[in-house]
Amino acid sequence: MTRTPFLNSAVSLVVMALTCFSLSPVQADDDFKQQREALVEEIAGDLRSSDAILDQSELDPKVLKAMKTVPRHEFVPEKHKHQSYRNRPLPIGYGQTISQPAIVALMTNLLELEPAEKVLEIGTGSGYQAAVLAELVEKVYSIEIVPELAERAAEDLKRTGYDNVITRHGDGYYGWEEQAPFDAIIVTAAADHIPPRLLKQLKPEGRMVIPVGSRFMVQHLVLVKKTEDSDIITEQLLPVQFVPLTGEH
Amino acid sequence: MHPGAGYLLTIAVISGATLAYEVLLLRLFSLIQWHHFAFMVISLALLGYGVSGVFLALARQHVSRHFSSVIMGNLLLLALSMPLSFMLAQALPFNPAELLWDPRQLFYWLVVYLILAVPFFFAANIIGLSLYQFRRGIPTLYASDLLGAALGSIGIIALLFVIDVEQILLVLPCLVLLIGLLLVTQSPLWSGRQKTLWQASLLVTMAVTLFFMPASLQLNVSSYKSLSQMLTVPETQVLQRKSSPLGVLSVVASRQVPLRYAPGLSILSDAELPEQLAVFTDADAMSAITRFDGDYEPLRFMGQTSSALPYQFKPMQDVLVLGAGAGSDVLQALMFDASHIDAVEENPQMIGLLQDDYADFAGKLYKLPQVNVHQSEARAFASKTERQYDLITMSFMSAAGAGGGLFSMNENYLFTVESMREYLRHLKPGGYISITQQNTHPPRVMPKLVATLAEAMQSFRLAPSQSLILIRSWQTTTLVVKNGTVNQEEISQLKQFSERYNFDLAYYPGMTEQEANRFHRLKQPYFYQAVTALLSENKAQFIADYKFNIEPATDNQPYFSQFFKWQTLPEILSLLDAGSIFLLESAYLLLLAALVQALVASLVLLLLPLWLWRRRRRDRDEVQPLHKRVLAYFFALGLAFLFVEIAFIQKFVLILHHPVYAVTTVIAGFLLAAGAGSYLSGRLRMVQARIQVVAAVLVMIVLSAVYISSYASISGFLLAQSDLPRYLLAILMIMPLGFCMGIPFPAAMSMLGREHDEMIPWAWGINGFASVMSPILATLIAMEFGFRVLIVVALLLYLLAVCLFPTDSTKPSAGHNQLNV
Repeated sequence: MTRTPFLNSAVSLVVMALTCFSLSPVQADDDFKQQREALVEEIAGDLRSSDAILDQSELDPKVLKAMKTVPRHEFVPEKHKHQSYRNRPLPIGYGQTISQPAIVALMTNLLELEPAEKVLEIGTGSGYQAAVLAELVEKVYSIEIVPELAERAAEDLKRTGYDNVITRHGDGYYGWEEQAPFDAIIVTAAADHIPPRLLKQLKPEGRMVIPVGSRFMVQHLVLVKKTEDSDIITEQLLPVQFVPLTGEH
Repeated sequence: MHPGAGYLLTIAVISGATLAYEVLLLRLFSLIQWHHFAFMVISLALLGYGVSGVFLALARQHVSRHFSSVIMGNLLLLALSMPLSFMLAQALPFNPAELLWDPRQLFYWLVVYLILAVPFFFAANIIGLSLYQFRRGIPTLYASDLLGAALGSIGIIALLFVIDVEQILLVLPCLVLLIGLLLVTQSPLWSGRQKTLWQASLLVTMAVTLFFMPASLQLNVSSYKSLSQMLTVPETQVLQRKSSPLGVLSVVASRQVPLRYAPGLSILSDAELPEQLAVFTDADAMSAITRFDGDYEPLRFMGQTSSALPYQFKPMQDVLVLGAGAGSDVLQALMFDASHIDAVEENPQMIGLLQDDYADFAGKLYKLPQVNVHQSEARAFASKTERQYDLITMSFMSAAGAGGGLFSMNENYLFTVESMREYLRHLKPGGYISITQQNTHPPRVMPKLVATLAEAMQSFRLAPSQSLILIRSWQTTTLVVKNGTVNQEEISQLKQFSERYNFDLAYYPGMTEQEANRFHRLKQPYFYQAVTALLSENKAQFIADYKFNIEPATDNQPYFSQFFKWQTLPEILSLLDAGSIFLLESAYLLLLAALVQALVASLVLLLLPLWLWRRRRRDRDEVQPLHKRVLAYFFALGLAFLFVEIAFIQKFVLILHHPVYAVTTVIAGFLLAAGAGSYLSGRLRMVQARIQVVAAVLVMIVLSAVYISSYASISGFLLAQSDLPRYLLAILMIMPLGFCMGIPFPAAMSMLGREHDEMIPWAWGINGFASVMSPILATLIAMEFGFRVLIVVALLLYLLAVCLFPTDSTKPSAGHNQLNV
């Protein structure tokens, strides 16, 4: 998958020529903060009608606060930094993306986290979702399968002061046996089935969230609930309010 | 002046190589990107033809004076640009997945079009300029062009089987350079120092192509395709790659992280998965070869998926697996003790993986006495075999094809009312059809499948409400249809199975709404509601009100995955900020976007220069009233030719079955016949050109009317024949139609050649633009109204062409004499 040096430079030139028009001068942290708050307000408004808000009418204020606090731009690759606070997924290399902020907000909201809880994340990616979780709970454990991403996310999380996120490079299929059980699990990489070991590592009354779809477009969210009696049920939730049937039949 | 035999051969080779290049680009872009973008990118790249017409029209006198150099220069540039354009286009950071997020992607998209249009521009220059230069030999030239294209369409399929897909990027330019070398050496058009210079240039270019380009020839597969993503996992490697016109198969093993492919697995499964090898088709659409050593214990998980449902009802002796692929469904049938399994798979290389390369790994699965492997397209097998089955299963078959979204523009003859009838015909009394698909949420695939099946069942006196069962896991839905009434015993087995593995009941005869939506909850029990409505008297109203298109798919409109509905668009757009874009069935809209792009490009690149040119001529008092007629005539021809070709390809593919061979046979048949028509029209000097065209169009109308009205009996008759006579008869049916279609273009061109030679490049150009729009428009018309309407529209266009035939009313006497071509 390599390109020839000539083509690479030609392409870089075109890309640079294109981006320099849209890039503003280096943004100060304050600017980013303002943009972030505006984005979170926008998301809160948009998601009021989402299926995934369940019985509530609004996103949990704690989640909104966490979203307003975590500097997303610190987890975005340099060339996309200026787009950090747009409500869109961004490429982070290795065919992965940093998720769309609205989806991060929804998934976090679905986990209904309490401060003393312990969360497992499968697929650290950029580390942004882990940072949002870390604002809400005591300990976050996160596993990433691509070594380069695992390393970069660990550095970014450390740099931004999220010491309560413990990362590891490895295969998330078997969960994190030593730290189990977890109050909540978030699987950011889509799977074709739910690994049985992960379900075992979920506490009774625990919750698990899985996004289904492609890297740039989440189709729906699956919320897995373990009941008090360890029965498993799932809920399939759309990020928007949309009913396919109309009228009475 | 007439072109010599060597020149005609060159035109044939250029035309063949260019058509082969077009097919090659489609394959390459399907591999590095996604098929639907490949289709759009390549259709628009053909704008190169139109632009060439404009270029020749404006520079005609100049290029005509330097004819020999211009031809050879374009040939050289064509050869160089074939590999270079592709390499440059794939190096752009164009990512279709980001189109909806990033406006810059639109710009890259446009640049990809432009870069890829370059080789087509050079090829069209050669052919267009030759038509202008050898005006008296137009029918023969056009015949060579069509004949070459016919051979190119066959040649590329053969090449795709024997050479790696990226290597063909070098074979085609070498072919072009070789024919150039032959021409320059043998033709009197080149002589002396000029001859030596061109010979040297061609040889040097060939050396560069052969020795320097291979190093840069690496495919830049999108990092968002599943193969690329799997390769980011440490210690994962591609063990083998096989390439054919059906796609590139890559077998991938991961030493550190097992594959674990088990779609539809119960959330309560406790099974450890056995070792598996991933098989990707075109770097996506993953399936898996599972290790098997005769011990069924490691396969236990296959009994815990929703697709295992029919095996709960009774022992299945005879099982038909349609789309056997890497063998998961065959293993499942074996595990449940099937004694005779017919495994149907269309890709011979996929079968080869199981029978040869990984035979030991797969436990010689495809060589076991119970398993009979048939290399065939699924529907073709179903129409040929007379065997009756206890179970016909189609799990995840064409999962991508049926999944909707961006795939909706593909014709799919596996899931139509007619194909369902075919499958039902092969069920023993009390036998089952079982179809498992990935869930779409909100539901689209399953409601449409139920609607399609219910319609098919009407011909079998089966009451769908008494014969259907539907269950779903968190990710898959399995639909089972019984050839008979579902009994109480089956219902109790269904309930036990579902309860044990947390599968939700979505429908069975007598089910109540309270039983639905227990384990994997949707906001409402959508599946139950949809199936009960579709099996009730309210069916038509339900389909009309549903927010996606779930009309049953038919052979006339075989777009199972076309779920787009205009009436839902405003709602989706109003939710855009909240992220509703995933609800958009975007292929349909992309197709419209491509049409708009083609229209805009045609206006800017053709009509604007034409308008300027005419203004200039008007200043010189040389207004020609003929122009509009000429342009309209060739535009109508460009549209109609491909409309008919596409419509009949689809109709005949159904008879010939195999997508690749059938399409190739039909295209080659059409082009060969059209070439013959063109050649003969030039020979028939005693018949007026206009009369030739009128006769050709009349014959086409009669033939089309016969084919459309008696299609069912013709296809029934042909399907009963064995392969060779079936193909031969089909080609015989195509030939007269193709023959007639080959006449109108050269007849009018020759007339222009005698009276208005300045119009030749314009006619060539507008014909090129029309051929860009034609396939896109044809698909849209077929999606909306079906193939029959498409054929009728094409015939109307031909009739319009007859009316517009460019006779020059300003010079009646001269015109009449000279119309005798």
